[in-house]
Amino acid sequence: MTTKALKSTATASQILPALFAVVLGLGIVTLTGHVQASTLHDAAHDVRHATGFPCH
Amino acid sequence: MFSRILTSALFAGAVAGLIIALLQLFFVQPVLLHAELYESGALVHFGADPVTAHPELPGLFDEPMRNLLSVLFTMLTYTGYALLMVALMSIAEGRGHAITARSGILWGLAGFVTFHLAPGFTLAPEVPGVAAADVGARQIWWFATVASAGLAMWLIAFGSNIVAYAVAALLLLAPHVIGAPEPDVFTGPVPTEIGALFAARAFGVGLAAWVLLGAFAGYFWQAEGQRAEA
Repeated sequence: MTTKALKSTATASQILPALFAVVLGLGIVTLTGHVQASTLHDAAHDVRHATGFPCH
Repeated sequence: MFSRILTSALFAGAVAGLIIALLQLFFVQPVLLHAELYESGALVHFGADPVTAHPELPGLFDEPMRNLLSVLFTMLTYTGYALLMVALMSIAEGRGHAITARSGILWGLAGFVTFHLAPGFTLAPEVPGVAAADVGARQIWWFATVASAGLAMWLIAFGSNIVAYAVAALLLLAPHVIGAPEPDVFTGPVPTEIGALFAARAFGVGLAAWVLLGAFAGYFWQAEGQRAEA
């Protein structure tokens, strides 16, 4: 394996887990902060206001 | 690598989230409950009679389910933010930048600017009952502003040349020059004193929240790394 290939493997092994964590994190924040389904909205209502998300 | 990100983010999100939830319940929730009395019409601003500025408000333990849900959702929200932050921390560390609880404070400040101050600079934290444009349109503007502010903070932190700083400044300014969706008419029944206090409290608790989250994320990231090496 060449040095270049080694380097790109190292980068991929760093980037992929980070990318997956970013997608998971964005998913959670979208769910708790932005999805307008009424049960979710009512449960998260006070937090959405206090955290500065657009709520209603 | 992924388990280190996940574990540090879960710890940081849970610990910081719990403290933030208590700060919100103590400092933000009473202002929100006060505003809801005007939103529901129980109190009327500029009605026939003067209204007391200190009405009876439900206490912390009068609505246990509502407040428990708030604690849960605050912890969840900040765990989501922690995942984003620790993921970026792992990339920064891979490029040779030290990640500690101390440097985490700077990460927290950048997070506050990205997720709280930048969108809130034009779409101020809303007290219940304010007039606002369509929620879908505001959400699109919120996400776009957060994305451009986040990129700007990364360029300021790691760009290290004048072009990067100039692009960052443009990214920070553009959403506010373009403008956010605004309501056509003002219909909010809540006194301006309550609305102003709410925005100030939301920003203050938000700043504390992000600094705590950054410090804990840096701390747990380092602790998990040492545990993995041991």
